[in-house]
Amino acid sequence: MSKFSPLRSIGCALLLSAFVATPAFADSAHTKTEHFASTGMARVGDLVISSAWTRQTPPGAKVGGAYFTITNEGDSADRLIGGEAAFAKRVEIHEMSVTDGVMRMQPVEGGLEIKPGETVELKPGGYHVMFMGLSENPKKGGNVNVTLRFEEAGETSFLIPVAGIGATSLEGHDGDHGDDHSKMDHSGHDMKKDDQ
Amino acid sequence: MKALRYALWGLVVLVAGALAYTTFMTPSQGPSTQLAEAYGAPFTATLVAEGRQRPMSRQDMLGRPHVMFFGFTHCPDVCPTTLFEASRWLAGLGADADGLDVYFITIDPERDDAEMLSDYLSAFDPRIKAVTGSQEEIATLVKGWNVYAKKVLLEDGDYTMDHTASTFLMRGDGSLQGTIAYQENSETAIAKLRRLLGT
Ligand SMILES: [Cu+2]
Repeated sequence: MSKFSPLRSIGCALLLSAFVATPAFADSAHTKTEHFASTGMARVGDLVISSAWTRQTPPGAKVGGAYFTITNEGDSADRLIGGEAAFAKRVEIHEMSVTDGVMRMQPVEGGLEIKPGETVELKPGGYHVMFMGLSENPKKGGNVNVTLRFEEAGETSFLIPVAGIGATSLEGHDGDHGDDHSKMDHSGHDMKKDDQ
Repeated sequence: MKALRYALWGLVVLVAGALAYTTFMTPSQGPSTQLAEAYGAPFTATLVAEGRQRPMSRQDMLGRPHVMFFGFTHCPDVCPTTLFEASRWLAGLGADADGLDVYFITIDPERDDAEMLSDYLSAFDPRIKAVTGSQEEIATLVKGWNVYAKKVLLEDGDYTMDHTASTFLMRGDGSLQGTIAYQENSETAIAKLRRLLGT
């Protein structure tokens, strides 16, 4: 539950402002986890992760996806092989495609390769981090703490900001146009069986 | 020799006759007055709408233009974004949306029971209805609409579904007018729906 606590979000906001105000922040005690204090970004070894985002999921949803870019600044290839998140039973690396009107999705065999000097983009309709067996639904405007595991560089944990349900990017705010829906109160929807 | 000559002439007459017949008697290809061809197949299933469930059949869909999207709730991208888009279509149609029915048909009835679907749909426009049923009932729908739906096994006995990601635009008479593709521009989609509604 702690992953979604408002206190934690406030803490992150404070950390973020500290980062903005103090360029030397990277030298502080927080470097021990080797990640930027900035939400949606992380560095592990020669890999730089940026522009990370995920979506709010509909009530009861058991899966979700996260998207970001990974740049390999080193001179040997690495692979994103998996991860962990407190709110999901499993974190897998998937690829998705829509060809001739059919959506297909499967785990990336052997992990997602990031060649030296290259940037790999995870985005809707393509590669993604898949959260499976959600115990909690990420909420728009919040952050989720996610650990990614790389074959060579090891692990990194960082905060991923949550966009709206229909978002196609974090910045596009595509998930915001339907605000009138999210404000509707559907909480009174109990399942009732009509008389037959 | 004479017999052969008559036989050959006979053959010529036959061939000429056959040619004349095919030339003048072939049914005309003019404007068709036939009804548009029905798409899909009869089925029975469970309708989930406004937090309630009740039995339904294909007959219940007819009489009003409707759109059908086949998906499942264990879907990270295509299904929630399409349902979100469908909410936007309904908002964009304004009062004209009253003449349209939107159905989200699960291809994963094993996990998507009425309660699950009702919960899931509460995040979207309340006018969107869900359809579930027994494995057999859903199989009939999938086959009837020529939808691709295939189970893909994952670790731990878990699975996901590959499936048709297009939305079917159906006329009130049960004929197929067209489709809306995954990630199709909202304005284009709304224009297609207006054509379907005749507004
Ligand atoms: Cu996936």
